[in-house]
Amino acid sequence: MQDFIQHLINGISLGSIYALIALGYTMVFGILQLINFAHSDVYMIGAFAAYYAARTLGIDKNPGVSTLVILLIAAMAACSLLGFTIERLAYRPLRKAPKLNILITAIGVSLFLQYSGQVVFGADPKVFPAVLEDSVLFTLLGVEFKSLDLAVLFVTLVMMVLLHLLIYHTKLGRAMRAVSTNMNVAAMMGVNTDRIISFTFVVGSALAGVGSVLVGMKYPKIDPLMGMMIGLKAFVAAVLGGIGNIAGAVLGALIMGLSEEMVVGYLSSTYRDALAFGILIVILIFRPAGLLGKGGVEKV
Amino acid sequence: MRQLLITILCTLPFLAGCTKKSSNEIVIGQYGSMTGSEATFGQSTDKGVRLAIDEANAAGGIKGKKIKLVTMDDQGKAEEAASVVTRLIEQEKVVALLGEVASSRSLAAAPIAQSKKVPMITPSSTNPKVTEVGDFVFRTCFIDPFQGTVMAKFATENLKAKKVAILRDVKSDYSVGLADFFTAKLKELGGEVIEDVSYSSGDVDFKAQLTKLKTKNPEAIFIPGYYTEVGLIARQARELGIKAPLLGGDGWDSPKLSEIGQKAIDGGYFSNHYSNETTDPVAVEFQKKFKAKYNEMPDGLSAAGYDAAKVLLKAIEQAPDLSGAAIRDQIAKITGHDGVTGKISINDKRNATKSAVVVQVEGQTNKFVTTVNP
Repeated sequence: MQDFIQHLINGISLGSIYALIALGYTMVFGILQLINFAHSDVYMIGAFAAYYAARTLGIDKNPGVSTLVILLIAAMAACSLLGFTIERLAYRPLRKAPKLNILITAIGVSLFLQYSGQVVFGADPKVFPAVLEDSVLFTLLGVEFKSLDLAVLFVTLVMMVLLHLLIYHTKLGRAMRAVSTNMNVAAMMGVNTDRIISFTFVVGSALAGVGSVLVGMKYPKIDPLMGMMIGLKAFVAAVLGGIGNIAGAVLGALIMGLSEEMVVGYLSSTYRDALAFGILIVILIFRPAGLLGKGGVEKV
Repeated sequence: MRQLLITILCTLPFLAGCTKKSSNEIVIGQYGSMTGSEATFGQSTDKGVRLAIDEANAAGGIKGKKIKLVTMDDQGKAEEAASVVTRLIEQEKVVALLGEVASSRSLAAAPIAQSKKVPMITPSSTNPKVTEVGDFVFRTCFIDPFQGTVMAKFATENLKAKKVAILRDVKSDYSVGLADFFTAKLKELGGEVIEDVSYSSGDVDFKAQLTKLKTKNPEAIFIPGYYTEVGLIARQARELGIKAPLLGGDGWDSPKLSEIGQKAIDGGYFSNHYSNETTDPVAVEFQKKFKAKYNEMPDGLSAAGYDAAKVLLKAIEQAPDLSGAAIRDQIAKITGHDGVTGKISINDKRNATKSAVVVQVEGQTNKFVTTVNP
């Protein structure tokens, strides 16, 4: 029982990190019907931005809540800027081009970031600075609740609430929803679609930045190819929940995190990655629109 | 005319590759992980090898020729190791190869060296399968059955641990082999493996496996992996409140281990080729030269690289010509070479029989604990 609860905590904490990254995929897809493959590399840049920020500010040996906040801001700023630039330079010129062109561009941007990262940062892994002192906050049913796990959960929750408020309770959010429903009609109603799309990239990328700091905090090894696997898994999570659907991305990510943890805990770690892609295949066969997605008829 | 020009321009780079190699030098090829998640393995080995070659050149080279070392990066990937070794042999025309620390990558390159009849010495691949590839493949280090024995003995005799858990890397030939040899010896000594779980190199989350181990209350945990993952495993193990001592093999040997693992890895024990606390005159001399050149202390892999290069240079010197077969025969004849990591004699299976040391991690330094003879 005790180990089951421990697995549960580990799984939720892993799932909430997937959720932050999955949200970026799903938001962009919701608006542009584009799978932004560069998203996982934006996440990687976020981790390096936080790493260098900590070193230049000299707070890498000084864990605490203020360090966490500063690094979160640094990573979010770097990621939003990068997300904005990518959209402006790589995707916007292709807005009227066939969908396939922009998809291939996304893969190109992703490879560009990965390999430039190897040139600029070096290909060997870096050790992410200690962000929070890890201590036992309380013990319940014989399971220790650690500050790191709870901080991950707390930060993720705050981000989700903010995102929810943004999308459902602001004018900007209403515009985003309008663009995602029908870009042309939204434009006719006076919504500046280009600006909304830019804004979506900025928000999605900032969430990836948050995810990168949380991952760096929990698994303090960062390298320029770190985005690949976690990006794929977050993408699967987004598809599982129904790509384009925000609540779906969170649900899918939690399911992914928990099932991965349980598979490793009770079966074998060999099946860890197989599981993620197994889920993808099953979902695509039986429920292509995802758990919460609404299946629509694609007009050709 | 224009077409001709284009043809010439396009073929120029290939022609450039055909320039004749200067016959005044002997080219030795080295392949290793200079980048990637085991980057310090390649870098440390390269430092040791370079030191040996610079010494030989300072002493006038061999057979009146200078030695040239060409090091190529395999990025820590087995498929990359195979392709850079092909390049070293085909393009750089190396007379012999030095390489890899990781057994999986030595195993990818060895068949190529064997089929092209280029002798290869691995400084620190310990999986027995590596030299079984063929008669052109040698090693100057001990093998995993011995390393597994050392740690199994250490666990049962020094730590008095009978219930041991294993966490192995299923993607690495080295890790799987070492875990198996350790298990076999531990059972022989009356110990018991109470749980044997696995991970894949590149993983960052090990909490699930560790949670599973924790419920069995092991007296020690054997992690025959490489330093990047071991550092993360140590941290997560302590985060989960696992207090059992951690044990490992020479894959732990890197300055990055404690950088990643920090306080969590302190107190862990691992078997290694060499300890900096040695008083052996050959090793002390090596440390002095290494420190003068690189301004840092060598790790075990630098020492192993230095020894492998020395053995190879000795063989080249004694060989009647520079053909692969001639050098091979001389490597096979090496006996009683006074290496930094101990006396090296190549046996009929092309392995070296040597003693191992057990060291304890203590921050950036590794404290010598004991020497185990074969």
